[in-house]
Amino acid sequence: MIAMLRNRLPAWIFLFGLLAVWETIVRSGWVASYLLPAPSDVYATTLELWPEIWNATLSTLSSIVWGLSASFSLGVTLAIGFFAVPILRRAILPFCLFFQTVPIIAIAPLLVIWFGFGETTVRASAFIVSLFPILANTLTGLQETDPLLREMFALHRPTKWKMISKLQIPSAIPYILTGLRISVGLATIGAIVGEFIAGGGLGSLIDSARTQQRVDLVFSGVMASSVLALLLVLTIDLISGLLLRRRPYTRSA
Amino acid sequence: MESRGGIDAPPCSRRLALLRYRAIDFTKPPHLNQVSPRETARACAIDVEHLVKRFPNQPRDVIHRMSFTVPQRQCVSLLGPSGCGKTTLLRLLMGIEQLSEGRVSIDPNLAGHLSYVFQEPRLVPWRTSFENVRLPLELTGAASGETSDEIEALLGSLGLAERVSNFPKELSGGMQMRVSLARALITKPKILLLDEPFAALDERTRFRLQDLLLDLRARLDLQYVFVTHSISEAVYLGDRVLLMDRTGQIDTDQTIEFATRDQSLKLTPAFNEHVSAFARRFTELEAA
Repeated sequence: MIAMLRNRLPAWIFLFGLLAVWETIVRSGWVASYLLPAPSDVYATTLELWPEIWNATLSTLSSIVWGLSASFSLGVTLAIGFFAVPILRRAILPFCLFFQTVPIIAIAPLLVIWFGFGETTVRASAFIVSLFPILANTLTGLQETDPLLREMFALHRPTKWKMISKLQIPSAIPYILTGLRISVGLATIGAIVGEFIAGGGLGSLIDSARTQQRVDLVFSGVMASSVLALLLVLTIDLISGLLLRRRPYTRSA
Repeated sequence: MESRGGIDAPPCSRRLALLRYRAIDFTKPPHLNQVSPRETARACAIDVEHLVKRFPNQPRDVIHRMSFTVPQRQCVSLLGPSGCGKTTLLRLLMGIEQLSEGRVSIDPNLAGHLSYVFQEPRLVPWRTSFENVRLPLELTGAASGETSDEIEALLGSLGLAERVSNFPKELSGGMQMRVSLARALITKPKILLLDEPFAALDERTRFRLQDLLLDLRARLDLQYVFVTHSISEAVYLGDRVLLMDRTGQIDTDQTIEFATRDQSLKLTPAFNEHVSAFARRFTELEAA
């Protein structure tokens, strides 16, 4: 407990120090409050508009979960397919790099043309940016199985599918979880960007606050999206911890 | 000690030596390059003939024109200095490595009943002891409802009844090796190939596992080929000790006969005479 306190205390002191300096700077008029609202103003706005912010957060969360679920299912399936059929990997994987390199802000208008305004576009946006880390990590995990275990399995001449299901997929679980952890942050970015263009959720809330010059509300929206992403990462960490505590999915004994 | 530089061949090998040499199908593991049933009526368990193994970019053969036979039920210790090719020979017998020339034949009645124990336990970290032992049956499609009792009985007989649900990281080195041994035994092998399985263990555990192996041999009617670099272990566990040299050949082939084998045997003059003789030759080979 004391060790944990000693570990976390500097961060908390820094945070409160930062908020205090920020509040002082704004209150003393060094920076205009319409450019940088005081933390107390952001807090008051958040309380005042909490129902709107909460609903927008839930809407964004739903899009993230949809996008992430789709990228998880497709990413893992594609990675297993690429691993099992190398020619498929050589033919398709180079084009999957598109998902890693595409600037989502550039493709979002195209998504609106395809899927129209609303949730579908936002989900597609979250899906596109979060697919590649899961795909790439799963593939790496499948390829980097312990050679000693591989040799031991091969003694029993298993079918290709048995080798994949009993050795390679369990070995890849830590890699899949790492990919999921990276993807959850990216899916949040994808969803917010999608909402800027297609409407709904925190992205739309931030954008409309910007057009109304409500910088305090912009800050509330940004805080809400940061907290949402952080909670999602913590959830993934919690699930990973529980899963790995139940079964030690490590590369080698 | 006699028969240096050659093989003190048992009678059956002379008979097998008369068999016509045949081309080897290198696409098959060695134990599938079998002699015919008519030949095996008089065959040994393992017949190695003019075996050569060379690796690419290595100046000399790891195994060089090696021939020997192992009669059924005989347990052989394979001894030699580091890097002399003991493990390679064992891997060739199992079919993990492809041979370069020559022939390795396993009696067809025994060929499907080979099991291999690696130097490291090689347990699957996310599987419990029970699940690790069950793995070969799952991979070969032989697992059924009744195998659960068999696995538990086997683990119990190896002193692991309380450790059935433990993961490898929760087991000591000796326990992990016993699980590895159970995994090799669950397929009911007739020939067990062991590659220095006790090398990394402390002496007490090592002695216990040596006795366990002798006990399994008696109970399960097993024969084994045991690779080790411990002379005392080789003499204790082998009906016959093959000492390999660094030219990839068998330097000494010695049959060892003791009426009974338990740890007290190691204190007897007869045992120590064998050990001293092998130790002298071993030192000469290492210096060569």
